[in-house]
Amino acid sequence: MHLTSWLTGNGSPRGIHIPEFKEATCHLPIRRLPFAPLLIVPLSQHTGSPAVSIVREGQEVVRGEPIARADGFFSVPMHAPATGRIECIALAQTARGDRTPAIYLRPYPGASQEILYGAPQDIERMSREEIITAIQDTGVVGLGGAAFPTHVKMKLPEGKSVDTVVVNGCECEPYLTTDHRVMVEQPSQVLYGTRIVMRAIGARRAIVGVEDNKPDAIEALRKAAGAHPEITIRSVPTKYPEGAEKILIKTLLGKEIPSGGLPSDIGLAVFNVATLAQIGDLLPRHQGLIERVVTITGPGVVKPGNYLTALGTPLRWALEQVGCKNVSSVILGGPMMGPAISSLEVPLTKGVTGVLVLTALDLSENRKVYPCIKCAACVEACPVQLNPSRLGLLARKERYEEMETQFHLNDCFECGSCSYVCPANIPLVQYFRVSKQMNRERKARA
Amino acid sequence: MNPSSRVFELRTSPHLHTPRTVETIMRNVIYALLPICVYAIWLFGLSALALLVTTTASCVFTEQWICRMSGRESSIGDLSAAITGLLLGLILPPGFPLWMAAAGGFIAIAPAKMLFGGLGFNVFNPALVARAFLQAAFPVAITAYTPALALHRFVELIPSTLAIPLMKAQSIVAWSNSVRVDAFSGATPLMMQKFDHVSTGLWALLSGQRAGSAGETPALLILVCGGYLIVRKMADWRIPVAMLGSAGITGAVFYMIDPVRYPTPVFVLLSGGLMMGAMFMATDPVASPVTPTGVWIYGALMGSITVLIRSLGGLAEGVMYAILLGNAVSPLIDNLTQPRTYGAQGKGSSAPKKEVGA
Repeated sequence: MHLTSWLTGNGSPRGIHIPEFKEATCHLPIRRLPFAPLLIVPLSQHTGSPAVSIVREGQEVVRGEPIARADGFFSVPMHAPATGRIECIALAQTARGDRTPAIYLRPYPGASQEILYGAPQDIERMSREEIITAIQDTGVVGLGGAAFPTHVKMKLPEGKSVDTVVVNGCECEPYLTTDHRVMVEQPSQVLYGTRIVMRAIGARRAIVGVEDNKPDAIEALRKAAGAHPEITIRSVPTKYPEGAEKILIKTLLGKEIPSGGLPSDIGLAVFNVATLAQIGDLLPRHQGLIERVVTITGPGVVKPGNYLTALGTPLRWALEQVGCKNVSSVILGGPMMGPAISSLEVPLTKGVTGVLVLTALDLSENRKVYPCIKCAACVEACPVQLNPSRLGLLARKERYEEMETQFHLNDCFECGSCSYVCPANIPLVQYFRVSKQMNRERKARA
Repeated sequence: MNPSSRVFELRTSPHLHTPRTVETIMRNVIYALLPICVYAIWLFGLSALALLVTTTASCVFTEQWICRMSGRESSIGDLSAAITGLLLGLILPPGFPLWMAAAGGFIAIAPAKMLFGGLGFNVFNPALVARAFLQAAFPVAITAYTPALALHRFVELIPSTLAIPLMKAQSIVAWSNSVRVDAFSGATPLMMQKFDHVSTGLWALLSGQRAGSAGETPALLILVCGGYLIVRKMADWRIPVAMLGSAGITGAVFYMIDPVRYPTPVFVLLSGGLMMGAMFMATDPVASPVTPTGVWIYGALMGSITVLIRSLGGLAEGVMYAILLGNAVSPLIDNLTQPRTYGAQGKGSSAPKKEVGA
């Protein structure tokens, strides 16, 4: 902890302050990106089993129509993002690098693109199980980036109960402003979604945590929440990684999720604001998730903004619409945790919060790696109080097992704070990813 | 433009990085040391300048030579060798023979740093190892202090500075008496206190206008320069606070036991090399613990040991050995004070992990 923050007792002790780079897009209203001439809808856009296609080549589909069904409980269905014709079902490039099956959909240029599917349903009269099933039917997954099926989180294991729903409106990653705009423009949908989830999960109250760098979002939510005393809007310090659920819970409630456990172990459930906005929007009409807000920004983008994008829009096409210059690297998500991609043929899927285009200047030279001087900057930064300095030294010596058993490697959620602050440029979080993989492989062999 | 014909750089996250590097930190440590060097030269004249140049050059050349001999990339660019050289010069008596100082620079870099693996791997602060070596090898020269603000200090060297290697050095007592300005003694305040029970005035201690090692005397200036590093977040504020605090408390205990024999806590804090040690030596990150609790223990340990050596030991000054001892136990402190991680269950260990089969 630094002297000033120690003296003022300001905020949570760990975490880092990083430049936000949000000014370029945080005041820009959400605008719709046109439909691409060919949409690529991967069957696996979420954590869990891939969806199963229920369309055939050449079939005509209407916007919002289901085109793939969920494969079991740990899966979600897909809906047609546009009115058009199914061109084929074939392998498509994904951001991870592998190729997975996807539905190729060619929208009709002349279609009205009206959503014809869906029927009103009265949520007040639905049981908890019915709501959970209805949420699965919408195909909603965690839109904060994890793409974990939302309804799975709401189905609590035997003996667990959730008292409080925590709504995550932090968006602590630099550059990203999708959640910010959703909170400003759709506060009532966010809060309606929150109330639906509270009902389905049996929670008594909800707390919305928003970083204090978004006063307009806090104000919009407070105004909309006026009639609902069970929902409180709380401003939290702007600090990376405040939006990690472990850290947000600690800040809002002073509780910690047990190591290796889930929020439901301490009676909590955490949802992202954009996810709840979609639930609040889609569920009353029983429609499916077919588009999401994506922040396309970065020094390499000519017209940065928050774009409402049809799922399956190819990245190349999206970037052509906003214009790019001097591209050296393209990142899906935020710059701290998002992966760099190797191909622009990747479609934008449910879990993509943003596209960050960096120019040659930003990544500049290959940084010289110095030996660790034990300055403890990483120890100060680590939000879960690990000792990245020691973990890094152990990783260099390939003592992976010791890292896990004695230095809590598995509590690392790879936020990248240690790598960010390291003055010796040691790729700490990169070491930890490799170390975790090595441990997994060793256990698989055993 | 059309982004099609592009080759993308692939890196793993995070894609942002702080602009601060090891070299930035080291450069700022040098900035912080320079005013002290300039003041030392003003106090002790040409000899102090020659001493600082000799130790710095010796350290940098030794590092460059070892890098070349071992076939690795030169590491003098990280500036840590230059810092070691400056620090070594600042903690030696101003009239210290230059050939001994050069040998000290070699000791600081070759065995104390490079043999361990270079920057980041040394267990002890290299400058202090060198001083400990010099104290053992040349006990007379290292306790031959000369008065500050001597006459003709900018035109002539202290006679011992140019002593011929391996020859018996001439005594500088006569020279000290001939050049000293009234009231400036060649004995350090700690020596006078310990052996003659004569105290030194507060202003002399704060301003450094007294005998002592070249750069350890101006307590106030050292505090300001060290403060610069703390404000820039390049030194850990907890170490000097813990070290000075515990030295002050330990000193106060001794003073309360026997006010005649033992000095006041203020004298304890301002005399000798304590300020220099606390601000610039103990805060050397490489040899200090990384855990938040650990740095407090480390600082407190060094502070109290310094005073124990001064009060009970045969030496007038104990900062050097206190810090070396602190360096030695630092890995142990680290091991014993591992922070409690988020979500850890019970004492120190986290719950058994649920394993995901690959």
